[in-house]
Amino acid sequence: MISLDVWMRENPLTYVWFGSYAVALLIFAIEIAMVKHKRKITLQQVRLMRNAGDDTKTSISEEDSA
Amino acid sequence: MKPRQKRFMFIAIAVAGVATSVGLVLNALGGNVNLYFTPTQVFNKEVPNGRSFRIGGLVEEGSVKRENDGLTVNFVITDTHKSIPVVYKGILPDLFKEGKGVVAQGAVGDNGVMRAEEVLAKHDENYMPPEAADALKKAQAANAADSAAMPRNVPVTVTK
Amino acid sequence: MAINWFKYAAPTTFYGLAGKMIPWFAFSAAILFAIGLYIGFFVAPSDAQQGEFYRIMFIHVPASILSMFLYLIMAGYAALGLIFNTRLSAMMATAIAPTGALFALISLWTGALWGKPMWGAWWMWDARLTSELILLFLYLGFIALHASIDDPRRADRAAALLAIVGSVNVPIIYFSVKWWNTLHQGSTIKFSGTTMHVAMQQALFTMLAACWLYAIAVVLARVRSIILERERNAAWVTQLPGIADFAGGEK
Repeated sequence: MISLDVWMRENPLTYVWFGSYAVALLIFAIEIAMVKHKRKITLQQVRLMRNAGDDTKTSISEEDSA
Repeated sequence: MKPRQKRFMFIAIAVAGVATSVGLVLNALGGNVNLYFTPTQVFNKEVPNGRSFRIGGLVEEGSVKRENDGLTVNFVITDTHKSIPVVYKGILPDLFKEGKGVVAQGAVGDNGVMRAEEVLAKHDENYMPPEAADALKKAQAANAADSAAMPRNVPVTVTK
Repeated sequence: MAINWFKYAAPTTFYGLAGKMIPWFAFSAAILFAIGLYIGFFVAPSDAQQGEFYRIMFIHVPASILSMFLYLIMAGYAALGLIFNTRLSAMMATAIAPTGALFALISLWTGALWGKPMWGAWWMWDARLTSELILLFLYLGFIALHASIDDPRRADRAAALLAIVGSVNVPIIYFSVKWWNTLHQGSTIKFSGTTMHVAMQQALFTMLAACWLYAIAVVLARVRSIILERERNAAWVTQLPGIADFAGGEK
């Protein structure tokens, strides 16, 4: 622990950049990847449903937004 | 009442109720939410007896003395009203400076001295480059000198 | 009423509108992040007391602000959904929660990294830090509660109540440094102005704007998926270009 204390004081910018900013940007990157993945999965599901339900066209649109 | 209004009332009452109860709880907790006690509270015996607790305040100017072993430090925490002497053996945080904020955890002995197990620095919300800080300090010193010189100047101008 | 606001509250309209806006928000967020980081690391001077460590502020402060504001917006949408029974409001609340949670996480993480060299401790159970941790748990509770109920409408209602009740925590976070004595310093950005050097302010506000734009882009992208998922039986979804074209070569 003492060595980490010394290290961060000798390399404050490295500590700040990798400790905070790189971590934050990594979190953003993961979030973007998850959002894109979800979009892909959802589109696949909807297409599957559409293809499956092509013969029995039972599309019900709920209009209940007040 | 329409169902929509009913739901709105329900939510409003729920939020008001929770806010009130949280407020009451925090009020009951009172001082326990505070991270530290002030030296004045220590003098008024508002601190837990015989248990380790935290004192917060400023490091009194000119009070920091290091002992010969190089690790033990003596200093005084003040809230400008009362002050408590502290002994601490260990590494101090970078921002530990005379006249700056500090929080020390430990127990106060019968002699009124706190033996600290942990010393934390508290910094303020002002951010400025070193040059600006220097300039500010000089300006404050100049102002202090002016106001100190003031009383002596007044009689001179009067006699003229 | 000149404009029918409920038109935009309908998932059908909103889906297309959001799709058009996302690239703009994402693009300007990227640009502002680059500018903000440049000012923050190369233009802004080091601090008189804290040296280089204060630079953590440029991500820590925006992340904390966003975590609190997003919570209030989420609770607001949740309340709208509960009162007016609008579908889109509940979907927006669900879409905001993960982003808010991540900003709360970034705020806590960068705060710990700032606290260690400056205060001498990674973590302190002081009022500000503890209430921000509770905010993260509220976000996680909202997500977990919503996920644990199968019927989406019932999940919306249960999670909305949690969100609305939890919003009491946000003013506690903000005022904690005033109401109690804490290790955390007071607010730098006040309604009466800031106590900060100009270049530092520019870096901070640029990063704040970048975080807002990023959050909007990500939330809109997420809500589009949620709309598709929840409205998959609706006629308009099956007629969407990306889905109608994809007939597996039948046409």
